[in-house]
Amino acid sequence: MMEKVMPRESGPLFWITAARHYGLEHWLYLGHRLSGLGMLAYFCLHLWVTAARLGGEAAWEARMALFDNAFFHALEYVVFVACLFHGANGLRLILAELGFGLGKPGRPVYPYRTCLERQRRLALVLVVVALALAGLGALDLGLGR
Amino acid sequence: MTEARLWLLHLLAGAALLVLLGAHLVVMHLPRVLAALGAGPADPLTFASVAERAASPAWPLLYLLLLFVALYHGLYGLRGIVLELTGAARKAKVLVSTVLIILGAAALFYGALVVFRF
Repeated sequence: MMEKVMPRESGPLFWITAARHYGLEHWLYLGHRLSGLGMLAYFCLHLWVTAARLGGEAAWEARMALFDNAFFHALEYVVFVACLFHGANGLRLILAELGFGLGKPGRPVYPYRTCLERQRRLALVLVVVALALAGLGALDLGLGR
Repeated sequence: MTEARLWLLHLLAGAALLVLLGAHLVVMHLPRVLAALGAGPADPLTFASVAERAASPAWPLLYLLLLFVALYHGLYGLRGIVLELTGAARKAKVLVSTVLIILGAAALFYGALVVFRF
């Protein structure tokens, strides 16, 4: 008799496929992971770029000139938005960890409401705050032109 | 250190980053909005601005704290993802943790050098 193969419940593919079943919070989880990995990669580049100042003004200006183009300005804005998203969602996760915004425990009466659904309003508020700050960043880019 | 304490430190580092990285983002990414409000340099990326911040007593310490907190938070998060993908066997855990601690220490040393040797 063939052994039944259970679906693998972890890994990058599961991060995406699971979102179909778990709703908004899973998309936030996926975004949190991807933005975190992206920021970590950018952080390494950032360390290398800022180290140029040890070589004096000429070395600094030369390295900054490498990134003074439309592609890197756009990439920088994406990283800025990733930071905002990761920070807002991280704040939601910290509040959930501490038990804020989850509501009081109650009897399981159908239709069941999970604590995630109770916290959804907070999630949406934080997404709106992040979007507003992203708009401010876009305005700053616009002022620079 | 127990996993629970490492996780708690991850959360505390995240809360600290909200303040430290938030301040860094406002200064570095909203300079024209700040300048329009009459605060901060118009371009924080000029060498003169960088030198001015480096000469102040507070900025280098804040940068060092930001570097340490960001490295801990980022590498602990990466460790969680890598362990999820490789399985949480004890050998894998020790290997992944050791590699990330070495990378983190090297990045902290390099970053501190940039902050204080300038």
